[in-house]
Amino acid sequence: MSDTSTTDSLLQEITGPTPGQMLRKRVFGHQGLLFGGIVLAILLFIAIFAPLLAPHDPYAQSLMTRMQPPVFLGGDWEHPLGTDHLGRDYLSRLIYGARVSLMIGAVAALISGVIGTAMGVAAGYFGGRVDMVVTFLINVRLAMPVVLVALAVVAILGGSLQVVIVVLGLLLWDRFAVVMRASTLQVRGREYVAAARAIGASTPRVILSEIMPNIANNLIVVVTLEMAHAILLEAALSFLGLGVQPPTPSWGLMVSEGKNMMLFEPWMVLIPGAVLFLLVLAINLMGDGLRDVTAPENRS
Amino acid sequence: MLTFILKRLGLAVLVAFTVSFISFTLLFLAGDPAAALAGETASGEDIEAISKLYGFDRPMLIQYGDWLFSALRGDFGESYYFRLPVASLIFERLGVTMTLGVCGISFALLTAVPLGVAAAIRPNSIIDRVALFLSVAGQAMPSFWFGLILIVLFAIKLGWLPPSGASSPAHFIMPTIVLGYYAMPAIMRLTRAGMLDVLSSDYIRTARAKGAPEGRILFRHALRNAIIPVVSLAAVQMGFMLGGSIVVESIFALHGAGYLAWESIARNDLPTVQALILVFSMFYIVFTFLADVLNAWLDPRMRSS
Repeated sequence: MSDTSTTDSLLQEITGPTPGQMLRKRVFGHQGLLFGGIVLAILLFIAIFAPLLAPHDPYAQSLMTRMQPPVFLGGDWEHPLGTDHLGRDYLSRLIYGARVSLMIGAVAALISGVIGTAMGVAAGYFGGRVDMVVTFLINVRLAMPVVLVALAVVAILGGSLQVVIVVLGLLLWDRFAVVMRASTLQVRGREYVAAARAIGASTPRVILSEIMPNIANNLIVVVTLEMAHAILLEAALSFLGLGVQPPTPSWGLMVSEGKNMMLFEPWMVLIPGAVLFLLVLAINLMGDGLRDVTAPENRS
Repeated sequence: MLTFILKRLGLAVLVAFTVSFISFTLLFLAGDPAAALAGETASGEDIEAISKLYGFDRPMLIQYGDWLFSALRGDFGESYYFRLPVASLIFERLGVTMTLGVCGISFALLTAVPLGVAAAIRPNSIIDRVALFLSVAGQAMPSFWFGLILIVLFAIKLGWLPPSGASSPAHFIMPTIVLGYYAMPAIMRLTRAGMLDVLSSDYIRTARAKGAPEGRILFRHALRNAIIPVVSLAAVQMGFMLGGSIVVESIFALHGAGYLAWESIARNDLPTVQALILVFSMFYIVFTFLADVLNAWLDPRMRSS
């Protein structure tokens, strides 16, 4: 037994850490990534198991128990975070709100990611006219005031969860296009792309199996940034009363509803805003961390 | 330089026309403006009459051309709600929004640039960590929530500042902080990265070697070069901020163009919304154009691309 363990450690000394070990070290040595990942995992867990975790129905109103204070301000454990102006359990609404935010972030980032990546990679790979058109479209999109256009379109189409998701998805592709275009331009001239072309690989094949894997780390970073962006925008739209409509438990909407009682019950504004802040912070930290960990220049 | 400016100007004009077309189409597709104008109780004939009166029954492209030519002459039509010319309505409100934008970007620059420089001089020091923390928190902070917290703290609990309105300079303090903090992280990061880059360059080492004083190295040699991209980012941020002021203006009840936009959307006042989208994009287009020209002037290498 002792023999094999010494050979193992000898082997370890000779070969050095495996790529997997190195990656693990980088990931667990990065505080931001670790913090962001753990917080995001917890919130994701809460969102998925919301029906099991929520103590009450988030929509159930009760006139008898309106505006109860949270437990740390003298309330009881029946409603740990108190109740709102319609007597709905605040904790349950908060828990279901995680679903709304995460769903909007994920789906909007997916839609805008597909649009922006297709445009950016096409512009970077083909160059010339394609690049001109895409660059122009990016300029046009950037010139449109996002909040204003999103507000106007959502107001016209009616504020449902689906409408907000699609509108944000169709508006937020600019950063994907910019970053993917630049990354593709960098990778396009590499030897392995030329080699793939030389052995007769088709254009889709070159893009999918040579270009995409090598720009994937930048893509993941933009995904996290745009998820955070979409979540913040949805909250702002709902706060302004022109996003997700009541009685959906959206955190932005909860802040807006709590605003009227801000003088006497500041916790109704503080709690949903703080959770929103925490979620966006976690996603951003994870994005920053992933960039640090996956960037080739940091692999030492 | 002149060819660069002309090329860039041509692009700006083209972008402006495309944006105007898209924003017109978006709201045109939105549904029947005549029905919205007539109100919920109107009969079919009423709606038809209104449709004829305002010319909503004509093909879209003709309506767009009409609207565009009037807009080019400064006539954006009449607001459905106020029954006043949209142009004068917006012009009246722009002062507040511009003041807020200028204050906001000044606040962002005055906090971000010194912090970024200090962070770059001593990487991983306490200052660097504080700067990083502020920028990470700023990016995750929902601005409407931040604004409400400031109101609770400084207007209600402490009573130092007025919670809403725009009648005195004190009214602009909290909105400036909220709007400025929104733009600050990006500027801070760019200043820090630029300074770090410049400080490790050969000409800084030369300046050090010949014994130039540290302050002179930092500000005359390093910051001058590191600040170039920051200038253009600040101009772009300014364009974004004017569009983003809608949230801040609604929290602090500042009756600027952003507040007007919010009200008009809620009231279905399409001509005002259309004009505001165009005005805000024009701001962005003008600011990015100025930024590019400024950049090309400061850094001749930019002129070729």
